[in-house]
This record gives sequence, C-alpha cells and structure tokens, in this order.
Amino acid sequence: MKILSRSFILPLLTFCGAIVIWELTICFSGWKTQVFPDPLTVVTSIGQLIANGTLVKHTIASLFRVTAGFYLAIFLGIPLGMVLGRNTFLLCALNPLIQFMRPISPLAWIPIAMLWFGIGEPPAVFLIFLSSFFPLVVSTTLAVSSINPTYFQVAANFNLTRWEVISKIIVPAMLPEVITALRITLGIAWLVVVAAEMIAVDSGLGYLILDSRNALRMDYVMAGMVVIGLIGLALDMAMKKLGKAEAVAWGTFSQ
Amino acid sequence: MSHIILAGLSKKYSERRKKIRDAGEQLQAQSFQVLKDIDLEFENGEMVCILGPSGCGKSTLLRIIAGFDQATSGSVLIDGKQIQGPSEDHIFVYQHSALLPWMTVSENVGLGLRSIREEKQREEKIQEYIDMVELNGFESRYPYELSGGMQRRAELARALAVDPKTLFMDEPFTGLDFLTHMRMREEVVMMHLYTEKSVLFVTHDIDDALVMGDRIVILGGRPATVLLSRKLTYPHPRKITSEPELVELRREIFFMLGVPDAV
Ligand SMILES: Nc1ncnc2c1ncn2[C@@H]1O[C@H](COP(=O)(O)OP(=O)(O)OP(=O)(O)O)[C@@H](O)[C@H]1O
Ligand SMILES: [Mg+2]
Repeated sequence: MKILSRSFILPLLTFCGAIVIWELTICFSGWKTQVFPDPLTVVTSIGQLIANGTLVKHTIASLFRVTAGFYLAIFLGIPLGMVLGRNTFLLCALNPLIQFMRPISPLAWIPIAMLWFGIGEPPAVFLIFLSSFFPLVVSTTLAVSSINPTYFQVAANFNLTRWEVISKIIVPAMLPEVITALRITLGIAWLVVVAAEMIAVDSGLGYLILDSRNALRMDYVMAGMVVIGLIGLALDMAMKKLGKAEAVAWGTFSQ
Repeated sequence: MSHIILAGLSKKYSERRKKIRDAGEQLQAQSFQVLKDIDLEFENGEMVCILGPSGCGKSTLLRIIAGFDQATSGSVLIDGKQIQGPSEDHIFVYQHSALLPWMTVSENVGLGLRSIREEKQREEKIQEYIDMVELNGFESRYPYELSGGMQRRAELARALAVDPKTLFMDEPFTGLDFLTHMRMREEVVMMHLYTEKSVLFVTHDIDDALVMGDRIVILGGRPATVLLSRKLTYPHPRKITSEPELVELRREIFFMLGVPDAV
C-alpha cells in the first residue's frame, strides 16, 4: 500500500512541479498567450478539441498507424531475429546489412516512402514499420543467441521436436528480453508516427499539430503535444505491465 | 539397461589459450588431451560410480557416452550400436542445474512424459515422481523459488520420470544437505535395484561410490587413464564398516587419489 501510494504520489508531485514552472516561465518571460499558451488555456483547448470530436479522431488515426506498423514489425522482425539467433551462417551474411540499415533514421526514408507508396496511409505505416523493425531484429537475435546452450542439450535429451524447441525453449527463454525491446521500440514508433503524419497524411496527432501551426493556434499545438505525451506514458505503462507477467517473471529472479 | 563398451577412447580439446609470443616459442595450434585410451566395459544394468580428481575429465567422459560430445578417437558402443547423439534413452543429469527456469516444477518433471496423451494419467505420473523426491506442495513453483537442494531434487525427478534405459548423473548430489544426500542416495539405490537401469554416476564422494556402486571406476592422471575398474558384489543396503574388504578398498582408493592420511 505504502509502495503503491509512493509510486503514484511522487510522480504526481513532479507533474505539478512541472506545471508550476511552466506557469512561472510565462509570468516572467512576458510572452503572449498566442506565442506560449499557459496550462489553463491548453486544458481548455483540449476540452474544445474533445468536444468537437477532432482530438478523438486524430488520436485514433495515430494509434491505428502505430498498431499497423508495429505489428508488421513484430510479425516480420521477431521471427527473423529468432532465425538469425540460431543460424550463425545467416547471421554472418545478414548482420552487416542490418547494422548498415539500422542507423538510417526513418525520417530519411520519407522522400522514398512517398515516392513508392504515394500519399496516405501506406507511407506512414511503412515508416513506423522501419523504425521498429531493425531494433526488434537486433534485440531478438541477441536474446536468442544468448540462450544457455544447456537448455538445447536438455531439449535434445528429452527428444523435443523442432516445433517444441521453438515453443518450449526459444520463445520462453527470449521473452523477457524481447518484451523489454518491445517496450523501447513502441516508444520509438510513437515518436516516429508524429513525424510521419506531418508529411504524408491529413489525420493524426502529427497532422493536428502541423495544421494548428499553420492556423497559428499554439494552444492546439500544445494540446496535441500534451496528448502525445499522455498516450506515450500510457503505452509505456501498459508495456511495463506486460514485463511483469508470470511468463517472464523468471527472467527477473533467475541467475 | 544397456551394455556399454568403450574402446580406446581419447579426447583432445583444441586449446584457445592466448598465444605466447616469446621468441623461439612455436606458435602452432596446441591441443590439450583430457582422456587417453579409455577401455571400459559396463554390464547390463550396472550402477557405475566414476571417481577422480577435479578436472580430470569425468564430465567429459560422461558427455561423450551420452552423445553430447564426440571423442577424438576410439569408440563407444551401447548395446552393440555406435551412439547417435542424445536421446531419451540416455537422460543426463547435469552438474549445474539444468531445470528450465520458465517452467514450474511439474512442467519440468512432465518434460519426459509428453508422450502420455491422457491428461489425468500424466498428472498422476508427474505427482508420483514429485512425491518421490518430496517436493509435494511445490508443484507450481518456479526453479528460482526453490533452494539449491530442492532444484537438484526436481531435476532428479525429471530424469527418473522418463524411465530411460541409462541414467547419466554428473555429481547429482552436490549442494544437498547431509540428510537429503543420504535420502537421495538411498532413493537412487532403491530405484536402481527396482528398475535395474544402467546408471553412470560421477561423484567426488568415495563413500557414495562404495555404498552405491556395482562397479567403481577411478580416473586419474593427465591425460586421464583408467586407474581402477572393479566390480563390487556386496548386497544392498551396504554398510562399509561391516565389510572388511570394503574398508580395505576404501583405504586403497584414498591412497590412489592422493590423500592416504584422510582415512
Ligand atoms: N569445452 C572445453 N574446451 C576446452 N577444454 C575443456 C572443455 N571442457 C572441459 N575442458 C577441460 O577438460 C578437463 C576435464 O574437464 P571435466 O569437466 O571433464 O572435468 P571433471 O572431471 O568433470 O571435473 P569436476 O570434478 O571438477 O567436475 C579440464 O581440464 C577442462 O579444462
Ligand atoms: Mg564435472
């Protein structure tokens, strides 16, 4: 109980402190509300955006894109990582290419993505996919290749089939590290979606921010930023919960 | 039950030590011989206890017979057949815990019972072996929630549950407290008398070997050779002190292992 209240009240105090600093900055800087809106204005703007339905629409659009790109990265990246983690031949062949592609920012892909996929949903989803794919492949490869070889000997000893080796050894063994990677990667994907939406689409939180800037509505810009932050926080908390699931608890306590 | 013949078995590891860059030192790939010309024969259903100083190659020998590792030269015949890698007929109990940490005790024990289709029957069987090693009440615990000794017992239960033809045990009793050690020793002897499985048992404990073994093998030297392979025909339960020949053999073994004053 004490721990629970501490993990809730301490962050709350921090947020309050941040808001106070925000207020004070405005008081002493002398910026006008149109240039740097104060917390109350932003909250009312959020209220307005919720009331006229735009905020919900844009949030859903952004979440949809992240989900699509992220799942695509999971379904392609994790199996590839598992194969590379077990097959040193393929790893040797593909790893340099992956390490070469990985540091290229997804934003650098924007021109090509638009050329290939045009305007609309596909280029945005593609950019999110790119941002999550390489980190997931690399972390999964590392997680699988560092599984204690004794477990594979046990598997051979108990005549586990190839499928059982995957489902009873590789997947559970890599899960703790892969879930940590998913948590980090989802953060990156959420970061990229806003940027992607500024160029290729006409919905989503990124679009809301860009559109509001063009209309010189800084309060809406900041409202969008606050919502992005809040959703990022919620996503991270959800992934953290996932990391505490029973299936991966052993990873925290073993060794 | 299996009849095991080792003929001229040798094992070399290639050494990956940092090269010595002294002038005149030859820089060729060195190999490090662990086992040399091991000739042994174990009869059907024998409990063989392998003794030897630390690092002499006991685990290596066991791994080769179980098919996890390959000999550099020589052959291993089990029931007249060359070994073909690991199988469910030769279950290995590792020196260091090899329970799967993401599975509960009963899931681990059930690993070798996957062929039993009937759910209820399988669970009964799992319970039987868990009860045998006195882990009842801990069925749904994970290995990290068990003490070191309990982990060993769970691993023992997992190995016994498969009902393999041959059981390989690499110091399975390390880390057990005295009483559990005695109890497990009795349990393994009883299991062996009852099932007549072949058991290859590596130990550091000379008394374990004398109490349990149908045959005692002593490895030693560098590279290791067979110093002694002797059949013991005393009935179970054995008491070392009541058999003058065993007392004599015990003294001999202590002498052979280089600690004559410890008797
Ligand atoms: N993979 C390996 N590569 C190189 N050398 C090895 C390898 N495994 C074992 N050795 C060497 O082989 C020798 C025998 O090792 P082994 O594990 O068989 O000893 P052991 O008799 O089981 O010892 P202990 O009683 O301490 O368990 C040791 O000197 C060790 O350094
Ligand atoms: Mg050993």
